[in-house]
This record gives sequence, C-alpha cells and structure tokens, in this order.
Amino acid sequence: MQSLARIPLRRDPAPSRWSYRMQRLWLTPLFRLLCRVGLPGLVVVLVAALVLMDQGRRAAITGVFSHLTEQFQARPEFRVNLMSVEGASPELADAVRARLGVKLPVSSFDLDLLALRAKAEAMDAVAAAELRVRSGGVLQVTITEREPMLVWRKDDARIEMLDASGHRVAALAERADRPDLPLIAGEGADAAAVEALALIDAAGPLLPRMRGLVRMGQRRWDMVLDRDQRILLPAENPVPALEALLALNTADDLLARDLTAIDLRDPARLVLRLSPHALTEARRARGIIDKTAKTESSL
Amino acid sequence: MTDLYQTQRAMRTLRRTAIQRGVVAILDVGTSKIACLVLRFDGYESQADSDGVGPMAGQSTFRVIGAATTRSRGVRFGEIAVMNETERAIRTAVQAAQKMANVRVDHVIACFSGAEPRSYGLAGEWELQDSVVSEQDVARVLAACDVPPLGEAREVLHAQPVNFALDHRTGLGDPRGQIGNRLACDMHLLSVDASVIQNLLYCINRCDLELAGVASSSYVSGVASLVEDEQELGAACIDMGGGSTGISIFMKKHMIFADAVRMGGDHVTSDISKGLQVPLAVAERIKTKHGGVHATGMDDREMIEMGGDSGDWEKDRRQVSRTELIGIMRPRVEEILEEVRGRLDAAGFDTLPSQQIVLTGGASQIPGLDGLASRILGSRVRMGRPLRVQGLPQAATGAAFSAAVGLCLFAAHPQDEWWDFDIPTERYPARSIKRALRWFKDNW
Repeated sequence: MQSLARIPLRRDPAPSRWSYRMQRLWLTPLFRLLCRVGLPGLVVVLVAALVLMDQGRRAAITGVFSHLTEQFQARPEFRVNLMSVEGASPELADAVRARLGVKLPVSSFDLDLLALRAKAEAMDAVAAAELRVRSGGVLQVTITEREPMLVWRKDDARIEMLDASGHRVAALAERADRPDLPLIAGEGADAAAVEALALIDAAGPLLPRMRGLVRMGQRRWDMVLDRDQRILLPAENPVPALEALLALNTADDLLARDLTAIDLRDPARLVLRLSPHALTEARRARGIIDKTAKTESSL
Repeated sequence: MTDLYQTQRAMRTLRRTAIQRGVVAILDVGTSKIACLVLRFDGYESQADSDGVGPMAGQSTFRVIGAATTRSRGVRFGEIAVMNETERAIRTAVQAAQKMANVRVDHVIACFSGAEPRSYGLAGEWELQDSVVSEQDVARVLAACDVPPLGEAREVLHAQPVNFALDHRTGLGDPRGQIGNRLACDMHLLSVDASVIQNLLYCINRCDLELAGVASSSYVSGVASLVEDEQELGAACIDMGGGSTGISIFMKKHMIFADAVRMGGDHVTSDISKGLQVPLAVAERIKTKHGGVHATGMDDREMIEMGGDSGDWEKDRRQVSRTELIGIMRPRVEEILEEVRGRLDAAGFDTLPSQQIVLTGGASQIPGLDGLASRILGSRVRMGRPLRVQGLPQAATGAAFSAAVGLCLFAAHPQDEWWDFDIPTERYPARSIKRALRWFKDNW
C-alpha cells in the first residue's frame, strides 16, 4: 500500500547556474569592495547632492549654522564693552580711538586684533601698539608713543617733529612751541636724523650758540651758529671732524673770531672764510694793503 | 594527438598562472562522490621558520583552505555519463569549497578514474651531434620515441619520460649537460578515451572554471598513498573506487604502468541490492555498516534489519544474518581482486624486485579486505591512507580521498611530462618565427 502522505520533492542540493555565478561574483575581491564601500559611498554622495541641489535648502542649512555661531558669539562672556588706551597722551588716545573706530559693545570674535594693531601702528605718533582683550570685556590698547627728538623745518610753511629714527611724529604749528628740541632743516634731513642727533650730541659746548643743522644736497650737514657762522661738515665721518674742530676751538678759540664759515669738508685742510672786515684787517696786518686805507667797499 | 598536446601545453601555462595567483581547486570526479579541495600556495618563505621537521616533500608550500564533497551524479565507471547532472554536482562541490575557503577559484585541476586507460612503454634513441646533451637533444630523443597506434578516438593523458640512458649509463634523471654519444629514453604513455576528456572539459567550462591540468586518478592516488621507499623500490597501488578500480605501478618514483578495472564498490552495493531485494540506498547503508569479507561463527548470530516501506509487514520486517551479507559481498570483491591480479600479471608485476601492494580508495575500507587481498594478490599487502597535507579536514583524510590528496601533490610538484620539454626545431612549422629564433639561438 502506497503511503497517502505527499511524497516530498527531493530537494536538489546543487545551486542553480545563476546562484553559482552570483556567489563567485561575490567572492571576487574587487566586486566585494565595490559593493561594501563604493555603493554606500555613492548612495551617500547622491543623497547629499539631491538634498543640496535646492538653493533654499542649502541656505537653510548654512543659516542654521551661522545662527548657532552668532548665538554663541553674542553671549555676554565674549562681549567687549570698553576700550582702554594706555600709554598715550589724552590727545593721542582720542586719535587712536577715532582711528580704530571700534563700535562698542562688540563680540570678541568679531575683533580682528591684528588688523586693529596694524591700523594703530599706521599712525605716525605711535611707535608700537599692543592690543589685548582683557577679562571683564575690556579691549586694552597699550600704546608706545614716538618721542619727538628733533624739529624739522621741512620747507617754509611746514614744521614737523621727528623721533630719533627720523620718523615723523606730528606737525608743529610754530617752532616756538617746542624750543627744547634742536632744529634741522633741508630736504632729506629726516633720513639722516640719526646722524643729526649724533652731531648735536657731539656739539657739546657749541650748543648754546647753535641754531640748527641744515642738510645740504641730501648729502652732508651744515651746522649754523649765531652770528651767521656756518660749520661745513664733511659727508663722511662728520662727528670726528666736528670733534677736531671743537678741540681747535678750545685751543685757539676759533669760533669766537670773525669768521663766516669753517669748511671741514676736506679732512687734510681746514678752510676758513673770514668776514670782509676781518679779511681787510688781516691783509692790513700782513702789509698787503695800505694800513690807512678804509676797509669798506675796497674788496 | 597534437590537439591534446597543445591543450596540455596550454594547461601547463594555466597551472603556472594559477599557482602564481596562489589559489587552485582540485576536483576529483569519482563515481560515488565528487571532492573539491581549494589549495592556497603560499610561496617558499613561510616554511623557513619550521623547526624540527622540515617540509615533507615540499608539501608545506600549499595549504588546503576549502574542502567539500558531494554525492556524485551522472558518473558511471568513472566516466561522465549524464553531463548536466555531473555539472550540477561539480557546481555543488565547487561552491561549497569556495564558500569554506572564502575565495574565488578560477583554475581547477581534475582527475577521473575511468576512460579505459592503456599503458604503453616507449623507447627512443638519439645520436648526439656534439657530445654534450642539450635541451634540444632531450626534445629530440623524446620525439624519437615511436608512438604505437593508440586506436580510434584515444588521447594521451600522461606521457612521462621515466628513464634516460647515456651510452651505457642508465637511470639518469636529468641528462642535460652530461657527455656521451647516444641518448636513449624510456617513456611511459597513458592513453584514454578522448570523449571522456572532452566531456570533463565541457562540464568544467560550463561551471565557469578553467581546466589547468588533468590526471588519471589511479596515478595520483598512487602518488598520495605510496610512501617514498615504496615508490622507489617498486609497488602497486590499487585504488578501489566506486565505479572502477585503478591500478598503478610505481618504480624509481615514476609510474611505469597504469590500468583500471571497470568494477568497484558500487557493484558490491548493487549485488547486495539485488540479492537482498532492497533499494540501493539501503544496500549502501548495510554495506558500510555491516559489510565484511570474512565470515565467522559470530556473524551467524548477528542479524541485520533491512527495513523498507513497502507496506507488507513480512517484507519490511526481514532480517538477514551478517554471514549472508558477507556471502553476497565476498564473490564480487574476489572478482575485482582477481581481475586486478590478472592486470598486474599482464603488466609483469611479479617480475619486479619488490612486490608491495597498497590498497586504497573508498571500497578498500571493507573490514577484512587486507586478508582477502593478501590471499589473492600476494603476501605483501597493506592498507593505504593518503599522505597528510596541511589544512585538510579530518573528514577528508580517509582512504576515499587518496586521489584528491594525490592531485594536490601533483599540482604542487608535477611530474615532467612530454609536453613540458622543448619542441624539436624540425617540428616547428616551416615559416614559424620560433623556428627562426631557435635557429639563431642554436647557431650563435
């Protein structure tokens, strides 16, 4: 008697041709890599591209982020309420404030300290500036002022003050405003300010008599004394030449005599220019001209 | 023959690429099972750190990383009878092995047991032109072997130079560079039915695989189950498979004879099935569980339930004593062994100095077979198991896998065959560039 239960179909253990091929394909390393890394990567990129294709959505996403950063930066911990300028005279401090033009209060994230520093240091009167956001929301600006060392008569109209390196500090309305500073004049005098200061230092005993230094032809200095006396200094090594002259002066009291100019340009020979009267007197003393002749208008 | 010669050459290059790629599959197409092993070749560096035992015959250069067996379908007498059934079985085995190895395999080396192998011994002689043996001389002496008429639709499966002799010195393995006048060689040639190889090629190509080598399973099971001194001194390997029983005789590490008897374990099973009136599956179960060839008094009392679902109580409750089972099995086993004896005698096995016989293969696992075999084949019979190779699962170390394991060894260390040598210059086509190049090489 045949069993009435359904005879189960014998399962074929063999894989079908396609499943066999698929398995072999799956065992191919390159294909596996492509499926496991390449395909998900592609999908992610595709989805991202689709989402970002819309302008409004892109703006919304950037908006969310910028809003978040703004919110964070606007917190009171980062707010700068006060600017304190130190190390400067009140006028300069006001000028620096106006120059920096920081509108307070401001978030410290919005302050570009490097740019502000460059801005402050661009001012003539400021030698160096140091900016710091101090705790408590204070923007501290520490200014090192340029110290005026010289007064430069630039031309007839303009008088300026220079610091030790020859940099312009400020304009001056009148020479009489700063009588304590030595005066220099002439074109290009600011470029040789260091030399001028050295000369002034060396001048020592002449200082009460000195009226100023004049730059000649952007090359060398003339020292102008009262009584219209001039000391023509050489272009090279003017300080030793001046010191030599001072030694001569101490010995012979040279400068007290009736000279209009002392020419030190040739180091081998000192040339003196006498005033007309003195010249006549000198000639007379040597007997070159008649002793009784009148001095004026004969030369 | 030239056709298969070219194919064999192509297979040799394929095998080289497969070994370079590092992965090759081994396929044993048998009558009862199809076994697939996946080998990974890991170069020679990895064996440097082996301490104590050195590499066993160079086997440590490969490792079995995947193994699968499936019941064979569509194969009879070791030949493919139903193509698409066999193709499915191959696919099953290959897929399972690939899955275990987790690697894709493209090249496969296959062996089969049937196809009526016939063995020929060839001899050739060559007068050396200058006294030093060059590669061209080896090629010429191989070409000088006169091939016997193989018959209609036969192909050369193996053609292995077994021995080289130079003047009076014989037994040279590699005569190149030696000095002499006359070079002679002995070659062992194994021919099989062409259609069997064609069918196997077709099935393997249908599985998207490339055949990188083909071997006779009687040869490779001899390689696996004969130990080194047996191969050296002379021994016969009897591979008792499901549908056919392969015989190979080894001497001086070369196969000198191979044959196959078209009977095997399946015939024993069908005898049981017919004798006891049970289905083949039950007969197979009874054979493997209770089978034997020597009946004792104890076996009279051991009753075997045969079962069945015919619905007839009398039929389904039948019992048979083990003695009866042995009485059915023994004549068939004896017949197989007698046939093997006949083949061995025809080959002149009894003239060999050492007459060791090794029984292997799935059907050799019948208890008591060694006693029966020693009565028929001679006293020096032992049961053989294949060599152990790295990574082989425990389930695949039995005698039934000696052909598969032998094929692994064959893949790792192939015997030089005729087609591995140079082609003599004269045999190139007249206008071939190779011929011109060869001429230049020889003359400058």
